[in-house]
Amino acid sequence: MSAQTTANPYLPFVTKIIAVKAETESEFTLTVQAVCSITPGQFFQVSLPRIGEAPISVSNYGSDWIQFTIRAVGKLTGAIQNLKTGENLFIRGPYGTGFPVDRFKNSRLVIVAGGSGVAPVRPLVDQVVNGQLPVKSLDLIAGFKNRASIIFTDDLVQWQQKSNLTLTIDKQEEGWDGATGLVTEHIRKLRFDTFDDLQVIVVGPPVMMKFATAEFRMLQVPAERIWVSFERLMSCGLGKCGHCKIDYTYVCVDGPVLNYSYAANLID
Amino acid sequence: MNKSFKLSSEQFKTVFAGLSEHYCIVGPKRFAGLGRFSDTDLIRYAPLTSIDELELAEKSCFSPKDLVFPPDETLFYFNGQQFSEAALPDNLEIIVLLRPCDINGIDRLDRMFMKNADVIDPYYQRRRSRLHFFMIECRESFENCFCVSMNANRSDNYAAALRFGKDGVEAEVASDKFLETFAVNGSVFEFKPEFVSENQIKVELPKVETMPPEIFTDKLWEEYDSRCISCGRCNTSCVTCSCFTTRDLFYGDSRTCGERRRVWDGCHLDGFCDMAGGHTFRKNKGERMRFKTFHKIYDYRKRFGVDMCVGCGRCDDVCPEYISFSNCINKLSARLKEGAE
Repeated sequence: MSAQTTANPYLPFVTKIIAVKAETESEFTLTVQAVCSITPGQFFQVSLPRIGEAPISVSNYGSDWIQFTIRAVGKLTGAIQNLKTGENLFIRGPYGTGFPVDRFKNSRLVIVAGGSGVAPVRPLVDQVVNGQLPVKSLDLIAGFKNRASIIFTDDLVQWQQKSNLTLTIDKQEEGWDGATGLVTEHIRKLRFDTFDDLQVIVVGPPVMMKFATAEFRMLQVPAERIWVSFERLMSCGLGKCGHCKIDYTYVCVDGPVLNYSYAANLID
Repeated sequence: MNKSFKLSSEQFKTVFAGLSEHYCIVGPKRFAGLGRFSDTDLIRYAPLTSIDELELAEKSCFSPKDLVFPPDETLFYFNGQQFSEAALPDNLEIIVLLRPCDINGIDRLDRMFMKNADVIDPYYQRRRSRLHFFMIECRESFENCFCVSMNANRSDNYAAALRFGKDGVEAEVASDKFLETFAVNGSVFEFKPEFVSENQIKVELPKVETMPPEIFTDKLWEEYDSRCISCGRCNTSCVTCSCFTTRDLFYGDSRTCGERRRVWDGCHLDGFCDMAGGHTFRKNKGERMRFKTFHKIYDYRKRFGVDMCVGCGRCDDVCPEYISFSNCINKLSARLKEGAE
């Protein structure tokens, strides 16, 4: 980490942007130079001094770089979109509980991700695809609103070769020869003879997660085999500011990745 | 071993003057004419220049929490690429004169800022570590107090406990730091502080191990949809409310220089849960009331083993819509009992 990292957990450190890639019209992936120990599913508090700070999932990482995939929908994310290679991004983290990667080892892994929810699972999918995380099989259902909102197009091509990928858009569009329909329709097509080595991950917008998890439960998948990742407003990432509290759970430290047997009982 | 003393008013003034040389002494103080309504006074915590300024007849409108968690605090300054932690504006050691409920209230803040998630908040810690509690003995309730029901009417977490009488002060000194000045000026005396043992207002806490899911959407919360105006006064007046948000500001024409501050936030306020992209939670004010109530008397206990609310009743004192939190707790408990039958 940078020399600026101190015992004060609120102080960000400076990172240099080494690549900017447009994913869609409003989404982009920034690669910054930083050395951190990260677990897939964790997030950073990303900031631009003068504008503000927000929690952003790690959408991939290497030994000396971290990627964030951001949708420009607010003041901060809009400003970050204007940054160019060579400019600075300020971050602190990583925060939160990531995916229990060890439990996924040698499992039959099913990942359902919707829209920008693909970002937090991307490091995990990459680990499976490149052999770092051995699994028996990987079923990946990636759902997007429409063709124009598909992110990680290059990765999806690679993933298709090494997993059972279902890339689906909500409604048929001209020139689209892939799958259509909501992710729930494709979850319904999955067949499980046994749940013994099954592990399921569901990440996406709140409504999608609600119905996708319900679908798995209808297929009799035990709640303990389902993992979700929550998104909430956060000002600290340290279990202090109170914004992400649900019941007695603080999403920033107890999550964002939570087992569904626990998360199903949380009411905002 | 604690030692106790009796001091005449004059002797205590000498103690106060002596302590004032080394400490900033803060306590509830009356500000004439500054109350919420015309011709009323405001009682709030402020530095005291003389013990005569200490207000004992009325409850303070605000709690002393801003001594550890100010409404607005600079976290760090930035200039382009560097951040520098904001220093405390002074190095004062502070003696705060406060009642047992507020001592317990600060204990609830300690758990959030110093223990939760095993992270110590450095800004809180540096303010907290310079506080010395002088407990004001509190044997009688003010209006809206329900500290006894919340089990927050007693405390032994003090450097000294004081009973203010007509002709002087009785004191129990627990900290060696303050022993000498009391011993030199006063005479040895048997004194142990007493605590209020009954409030006019009593609450019955829910006796459920787990909140049943249906209570989250119970009709009982609907009243607050229309009554609450989400002004957040209950949050700001509460000694235990600890939520904050961060705000960046920059200086004049500078493109690079500015500071990041944290400012109080509250679960009743609009925008508390808003995320970029339009997702939000708890749009209805009744849901916010439910969220706050559960936090104060249920969620916090699950996490820290003790209830968050200390029953100081300030939320009831300040609500412009006359919402009573103690009533709400009782209604919730009654509803849970009905449901169980």
